[in-house]
Amino acid sequence: MENLLHSVYLDEEKCLGCTTCLRSCPTGAIRVRGGKAIINESKCIDCGECIRICPHHAKLAKTDPLSKKDNFKYTVAMVAPAIIGQFKPKYSIDQILSAVKALGFDEVVEVAYGAEVVGQALKYEYHAKRYPRPLISSACPAVVKLIQVRFPELTDNICRLKSPMAMTARLVRKRIREEGNYKNGDVGVFFITPCAAKATMVNNPSSSEYDKYDQIDGAIAIKDIYSDISSQISTCPIQEGIHNTTPESCTWALSGGESDYLKNKNVLHVDGIQNVINVLEEIECGKLDTIEFFEGLACIGGCVGGCLTVENNYVAKMYIQDRTKTMKQTSIVHMPDEYVKSIYNSGMMHIKERILPRSPEPLDQDINKAIEKMRQIEILEDKLPGLDCGSCGSPGCRALAEDIVAGKAKEIDCVFILKDRVRDLSVLTNELLQVEHPTEKPLIKRE
Amino acid sequence: MSYELIFDVKRGDFDTAGEASRKIKRTLQQLGVSNKVIRKVSIAGYEGEMNLAIHSSGGKILLEVGEEELVLTIEDSGPGIANIDLAMTAGWSTAGDEVRQMGFGAGMGLPNMKNNADNFQISSKVGEGTKIVMKFLV
Repeated sequence: MENLLHSVYLDEEKCLGCTTCLRSCPTGAIRVRGGKAIINESKCIDCGECIRICPHHAKLAKTDPLSKKDNFKYTVAMVAPAIIGQFKPKYSIDQILSAVKALGFDEVVEVAYGAEVVGQALKYEYHAKRYPRPLISSACPAVVKLIQVRFPELTDNICRLKSPMAMTARLVRKRIREEGNYKNGDVGVFFITPCAAKATMVNNPSSSEYDKYDQIDGAIAIKDIYSDISSQISTCPIQEGIHNTTPESCTWALSGGESDYLKNKNVLHVDGIQNVINVLEEIECGKLDTIEFFEGLACIGGCVGGCLTVENNYVAKMYIQDRTKTMKQTSIVHMPDEYVKSIYNSGMMHIKERILPRSPEPLDQDINKAIEKMRQIEILEDKLPGLDCGSCGSPGCRALAEDIVAGKAKEIDCVFILKDRVRDLSVLTNELLQVEHPTEKPLIKRE
Repeated sequence: MSYELIFDVKRGDFDTAGEASRKIKRTLQQLGVSNKVIRKVSIAGYEGEMNLAIHSSGGKILLEVGEEELVLTIEDSGPGIANIDLAMTAGWSTAGDEVRQMGFGAGMGLPNMKNNADNFQISSKVGEGTKIVMKFLV
C-alpha cells in the first residue's frame, strides 16, 4: 500500500453520484462533481460514516491483503479487542486467536494487552500538568482528527499516551528483539482492524506516534479475513493460553471501556460521531466544566461498531459482555503496577509531538476580504431554497453558497435556480417570438 | 470593514439555545479569527445566550467583527438586575430548581463572561433590562 493520508476512498465505477453520502459526512468533506463523489483530503477524518451509508458500496477503506505478511520472516497478528465480539461465545477466545494464527501467522497477540498498559497508565497521565480539563481520550483516531478539524481549541486536551495498538506493537517488538532470533526488519507486525481510522494510523508515515520500534507493517480488515477465520475456528488446533488479558482490557472495544480505568473521576463516554460532536460543542463552550475525562468513540457502541467489522454492533457488545462475565470467574493475573509504572516512566508511551489543530482555511487570509466573501455567501444563501437537498452536489444550501464564492460551483448547480432561469428564458423566448423584425417577412400574411 | 451578526433569543427556548453560539463560532473560524479568541467568544457567547433564555424575558445577541476587536453585545428587555455586584459574585444565581436540574443556574454566567472578555461592561435597570458589552482583542 502506498503512503496515504486517508484510508477512505471511492470506487469510481460503483459511484452513481447519488448524493446519499453528502450529508452523512460530519465534516462536510464530500462533494459530488461530474457525477462522482469527491472526498476532500484535508477535511476527511476517516470516521467511515460514508462507507456505512453508501447504498452502492462505492466507498471503501484501503487496507492490506493477508498476503502482505509473506514479505516477512516472522509474522505477528495483533488483534483488536473488537474481534472477540465477532464470534459466538461458544467459541473460546483461545479458539478465535488460534484460528487467526492458523491463517499463517507465527504468533497472535491481543491488543487488549496494550490496552491494559495504557488503561493503567491513564491514572498517572491524568495528573500531568499540561492538560486543560477535561482530559480527552486519544483512543479513537477519528475523534482525534475530528477535534483537530472542527474543535481546534481542544487539541491541548487530548491525551498524549500512545494507543493500545502502538503500545502492543512496541512491547511485542521489544520482546522479539530481546529473544534475539530475528532482526527487527524481519518481523512483520499486522493489526487486525475494525475500522478505517486505525488503518490510516498504520499506513500514515507522517503520524508522529511511531518510530521503528513500534512499527506496524499493515492493517488487515476484520471483514476481509472473517470467512477464513470462520472456516478455521472449528477445525484448527486450539492453542490454550494465548488469551491472557483482563476482562477490563477486552471491554476497550466498547464505549466506556477506557473510562472504567479512571476510578473515582467524573468521566463521560459517548459513542457515535454525531453524539460526540454534540458533546464536544458543549465542552467547547465551557458548559461541562465538571467533567474530568471524556472518551468519545466515532462508531456506535465503540470499536465493535467499526465499519470493517461483520457482526451487528449490539450483538457484538452482548458477546463481549457475556465473555467478560465468565472471564471474571477465571483468575487472570493483573499487570503489576510497578511494571506499568516502569513503562510509563521510560517515556516510550508518549507521543512526542503536540497534537496540532488542522483548522479549516478561512475564507481569506485578509479579514476584510473574508468579511466581503462572508457577505456574498449570505446573499447567495438567501437566494437558495434552503432545502438542503444535495442535488447540486454540495451537502447543503449554505455549503453551496460557500462553494460558489470559492469559485468551485455555479449558481445554476442549484436545480431550483436553474428552473427559474429556464422559466425566465422561456418567457423571454416567447416575448421575442411575438416581436416582428423590420426586415422579417410577417408570419401571417396581411390582407 | 466590519461585519455584524444578530440573533434573537426567546425566553425558555431550550430547543434552539446554543445555536447562536455555534453560528458565531463557525463564522469566526471562516473569518480567520484565532482559535484562542474563538474559544473565549464561544464561552462568553454561550453564557450570554443561556442567560437570555433562562433569566430574561427575551433579548438579542449582536456580534460585530472589526479588524482589531470583536464586540459581543447581549441585550434584553427585562426584568433587569437589582444588585449587579451581587449578580457578579461567583455562585450567586436566581435560577429556579427546574433550570438547575438542566445543569444551568450555577451562578457562573456573568463571572465567566467577565473572565473571558478583554473588556466587560454591564448596565441594568429593574423593569427595563440589562445590557452587556464585551470586547475581545483580535
